Amino acid sequence: MSAPSIAGPTTTERVAGRRVSGRRQRPSVGRVLLLTATGLVLAYLVFPVFVVVPLSFSSARYLQFPPPGWSLQWYQNYLSREAWTSATWLSVQIGLATAVLATVLGTAAALGLVRGRFRGREALNAFIVSPLIVPGIIVAIGIYFFYARIQIIGSPLALALAHTALAIPFVVINVSATLEGFDEKLEWAAMNLGANRWQTFRLVTLPIIRPGVFAGALFAFITSFDELIVALFVSGSGAVTLPRRMWESLRQEIDPTIAAVSTVLIAASVLVLAGAEVLRIRGERLRTGRVPDEAAARGAVE
Amino acid sequence: MAVVGREAQARRFAGLERRGQVRLALLLLPAVAFLLFFYGYPVAAMLLRSVNDPAWGSQNFEPLVTARSTIDLVVAELPMNAYVRVFGITLQIALGVTAATLLLGYPVAYALASLPPTQANLLMILVLVPFWTSILVRSYAWMVLLGREGLINQFLVGVGFAGEPLQLLNTRGAVYVGMIHVLLPFMILPLYAVMRGIDRSLLRAAENLGARPSQVFRWVFLPLSLPGVAAGCLLVFILALGFYITPALLGGQRDVMVSMLIQQQVTQLNWGVASALALVLLVFALAIYVAFTRILGVQRLFGGARA
Repeated sequence: MSAPSIAGPTTTERVAGRRVSGRRQRPSVGRVLLLTATGLVLAYLVFPVFVVVPLSFSSARYLQFPPPGWSLQWYQNYLSREAWTSATWLSVQIGLATAVLATVLGTAAALGLVRGRFRGREALNAFIVSPLIVPGIIVAIGIYFFYARIQIIGSPLALALAHTALAIPFVVINVSATLEGFDEKLEWAAMNLGANRWQTFRLVTLPIIRPGVFAGALFAFITSFDELIVALFVSGSGAVTLPRRMWESLRQEIDPTIAAVSTVLIAASVLVLAGAEVLRIRGERLRTGRVPDEAAARGAVE
Repeated sequence: MAVVGREAQARRFAGLERRGQVRLALLLLPAVAFLLFFYGYPVAAMLLRSVNDPAWGSQNFEPLVTARSTIDLVVAELPMNAYVRVFGITLQIALGVTAATLLLGYPVAYALASLPPTQANLLMILVLVPFWTSILVRSYAWMVLLGREGLINQFLVGVGFAGEPLQLLNTRGAVYVGMIHVLLPFMILPLYAVMRGIDRSLLRAAENLGARPSQVFRWVFLPLSLPGVAAGCLLVFILALGFYITPALLGGQRDVMVSMLIQQQVTQLNWGVASALALVLLVFALAIYVAFTRILGVQRLFGGARA
C-alpha cells in the first residue's frame, strides 16, 4: 500500500491522457462520472460499518432506526454480562498468545526464506503461506477431527495453537516485505565491529525490520481475534471467544447489545488502522532514510 | 602457489557459504514443524478420511456422483443431485461476486491511482476501515439494513416504492451484497498497487502519438493493469469459494454454499462425506490457483521468497 512516486509533479500529472490539474477549468464528463462512481462505491463500503454506531446508543428495546432516544444501556449490558465480558477477555488472551507465538516463528521463517538460497525453499514458502489459500472450513474440520481424537476440544491453549497456524503466513509476508529492501552490509559492519550473530540481530536487524514485525504481530492478533470458523468447531464450552458469542447472538435473537460490541470493535479497528499507518511511515523512513510523502512536500532536500 | 592459495580460499568460502545456508534453513525449522503438526497433518488426516471412513473405498464420493442424491435441506427438493447443486450454487456465487467486485473495484482503483498519493492514501482509509472490521460486525450491519424493519425497507416504503416491507434479508441478493462488501477491498488493493506502478510516461507517449483518451486507456492503460485484474480476481474467487459466515447469516435456505454443507455433514457425524466434500472443494481451489499462477503467469499473491 505504499505509494511509489509517479512520473512528474502532480500539477502536470496526466491520467489516461486527461489532465488532472487545476489549470483546466471544467473536468471532463468522463472524469465526473468516474469520481461519482468512486464516491458511491466508497459509500457502499463505509456506510454499513458505521450504521451500527447510532443503534448502540439507542434507548429502544428492539432494533429501531432512527433511535427514539439515547441511552448507554447496551454498553452497560455488554459490560455487566459475564457471557460477554469473559468472551472478550478470552479473545484478547488467545489473540495475544497467537500474536507472540506466530511472530517468533514467522520472523525466523521469513529470515530463512528471504536470505536463504538452498534447495526446496520455494516449496517450503508455498507450504508456509498455504493456510491463506486453503478454505477456512477445511482447516477447521481438519483441526476439529485432530483435537477430538486427542481430546483437547474446549481448551483455550489448543485454540491459540490452531490460530497460530493460521496467523504465521501473515507474519512471514509482512516481515519478508521489510527484509526485501534490507541492506545486509549493515550486518556485516556490525559483525566486523565484533558483534556476534545474536547481538547483530538484536541491535541491527531487529530495529530495522521492527515495523514489519509489528505489522505481522498485528495481523496475527486480528486473525485470531476475528476468527470464527475454527472456534465454532473446537471452542467447545470451555473456550467461547467473542466471535463465537457474537455468532450465537446473531443466530438467536438480535439483541442490540451486539451493536454496542460492534461499535467497540469498529473503534478498535480504526485505532489499529491509524497505528498501522504510523508504523508504515516510520518503516519507510527507517529503511530509506526519508519520510515518504512529506519528503516530496519539503522539496526533497536529500 | 598463488593458484593453490586461491583454490583453498574458494573452498573456505564455499564451506562458509554452505554453513550459512544450513543456518538459514534451520531458521525455517520451527515454523515448518509447527505448521506440519497443527495444520499439515490434521488437514491431510482429514482428507484421508474421505477414502477410509468408515471403511476403505469410494463410498463417501458416491452421493456426489449418483443422479439423485438428496440432503436434508430445502435444495433436496430440486430434481438434480443436491450435492452437485450446492457446488453449482457455490461456483455461481463465487463467479458473480468476482465479476461484481471487478466492475465496482476497477473504477475506484483507477480514480485513486490518478490522484496525488496524499489524497489517495486518505481515501484508501475508506477502503481499509471495512477491511479491518470483523466480518461478523459487517454481517450484523447488513442484517440491520436489510431486515423487514430495516433502514432500506423503511426508505422504500417511505417513498412509496413498495406498499409493504420487502423480503430482502435471507435472499440470494443479500448474500451477494454482503459478500461483495467483504471482498471488494481484496479486489481494490491489488488493482491499486498495479495501477500505481504503471509508468505514466507511456500514457503520455501514446497521447503524443495522437491517441485519443479512450484509445490510450484501451491500448495502453488497460493491458498494463491486467496483472492487477488477474491477481484481484484470483484472490476474490478463491476466498469466495470457501465463504461460510456471510451466506449463513444473510442467505435463505436455498443459498447453501459448500462450506455450509461440509459443516452440516460434520454435525451429522458424516465425517467421511464431509471429508470427501472438503477434498473436492480443495481440489477446485488449488486447480484455480495453479491455473492462474502457472498458465496466466500471475505473480504469486503472497510474497515471501522471490522466484
